[in-house]
Amino acid sequence: MIEFAMRHAFTDLELDVSFRAGVRTLALFGDSGAGKTSVLNAIAGLLAPRAGRIVLDGRVLFDSDEGIDVAVAERRVGYVFQDGRLFPHLDVRANLLYGARSRGVDDNADFDAVVALLELVPLLARAPQSLSGGERQRAAIGRALLAQPRALLLDEPLTGLHFEARRQVLDYLRRLKRELGVFTVLVTHHADEVAALADEVVLLAGGEVAGQLARDEFVAGRVGSGAVPLA
Amino acid sequence: MTGWLSAQDWQALVLSLRVGLLSVVLSLPVGLALAWVLSRKRFPGRILVEALLFLPLILPPVVTGYALLALLGRNAPLGRLLAEFGIVFAFRWTGAVIAAAVMGFPLLVLSIRAAFDSVDQRLEAAAETLGAGAWRRFATITLPLSLRGIAAGCVLAFARAFGEFGATISFVSNIPGETRTLPIAIYELLNVPGGMPGVNRLSLVAVLVAIAAAASATLIAGDALWRRSPDTHATRARR
Repeated sequence: MIEFAMRHAFTDLELDVSFRAGVRTLALFGDSGAGKTSVLNAIAGLLAPRAGRIVLDGRVLFDSDEGIDVAVAERRVGYVFQDGRLFPHLDVRANLLYGARSRGVDDNADFDAVVALLELVPLLARAPQSLSGGERQRAAIGRALLAQPRALLLDEPLTGLHFEARRQVLDYLRRLKRELGVFTVLVTHHADEVAALADEVVLLAGGEVAGQLARDEFVAGRVGSGAVPLA
Repeated sequence: MTGWLSAQDWQALVLSLRVGLLSVVLSLPVGLALAWVLSRKRFPGRILVEALLFLPLILPPVVTGYALLALLGRNAPLGRLLAEFGIVFAFRWTGAVIAAAVMGFPLLVLSIRAAFDSVDQRLEAAAETLGAGAWRRFATITLPLSLRGIAAGCVLAFARAFGEFGATISFVSNIPGETRTLPIAIYELLNVPGGMPGVNRLSLVAVLVAIAAAASATLIAGDALWRRSPDTHATRARR
């Protein structure tokens, strides 16, 4: 469950975004520059909006009127960045354990489950630089999950992957949704990713919400318009 | 080599090595902190701090030594205060360490700061979202990814400290066995009749140490000793 409202001014974009959603996976859909990643950054605390209120799972993370701005490290969100951002000096195992160790959690059962789910066992001793794009994103997703987040934030996790890797990571994300049920916000400009993963879609355009649709409405609209062939 | 160098030569060499190493060890924690602040923080007076940092590089070393004497000498207020606790720097080998540390400090900080600047801050942001507080981010991300620059800075500061002359002789003078470092010993030998063989010996030693330090810096700055990590040099984007 998320309540989100923010106003913020960049040099090239005025953001005025508000929405509320109680579904398991929410997609933020729009063109590049629509403000999607800024919304994720605001949820994670990496961007402090000029004004707004962000409530995640009943916990107020940011409220400009009340002067609340929970520190990034305390927000308990698992952020999967577009480029993975694995720590280059740590192997995959140490990357996976980074969040858990930061929070003082030592749960081998979780580690084993996530590693099995994302099929990361063969990668554990590898350096991030030696991973393919798809492997890197799987490791980044595992690392975010093992920090035991209240919400998983996925910033275009399939961008830059070739067709086969993209399909693979998409399958893993479907499996995660089915088996773990972590509240997820997915940023994407690919309609097929929305169709495959989301329950509800917030459409963003030019820094504003252009609509909020259930997944089926979104799919019907896209198919009806012939705009995007769905996977 | 024991027979080649006299007991006094050895004394000067060992003292210089000790002064050089200790000056780096003592200034490293302060250098790390200042380099981090200059790399990551914007604050009023930052330009003034940077200008002060450069001073030992620009001022004649003798002036720096005199400033240390004026600050830490037995008749200076701070020197008198420290002397009450039994801490005396003027005309002691510990003072030579202070002089060497001050002279090497700008090189140490500039090198470490450049290393911190080259760490992709998006990795630090990623660590923050994973629950890492400021100290953990510094210790587990910033520091390991800057090790090469930190090591290079240490070598440069050591080399500067090893060759230090002007500030040292002004602050702690030339006391055999106490403050007569290698450069001071060479200078003294230049001024005594029949001192040239000693000058040649010690100069050769200084050249060998300088070559070793330069080779270390080159090795450290290159990829020979370190795993290449291209992600650390990625261009910074908005967090």
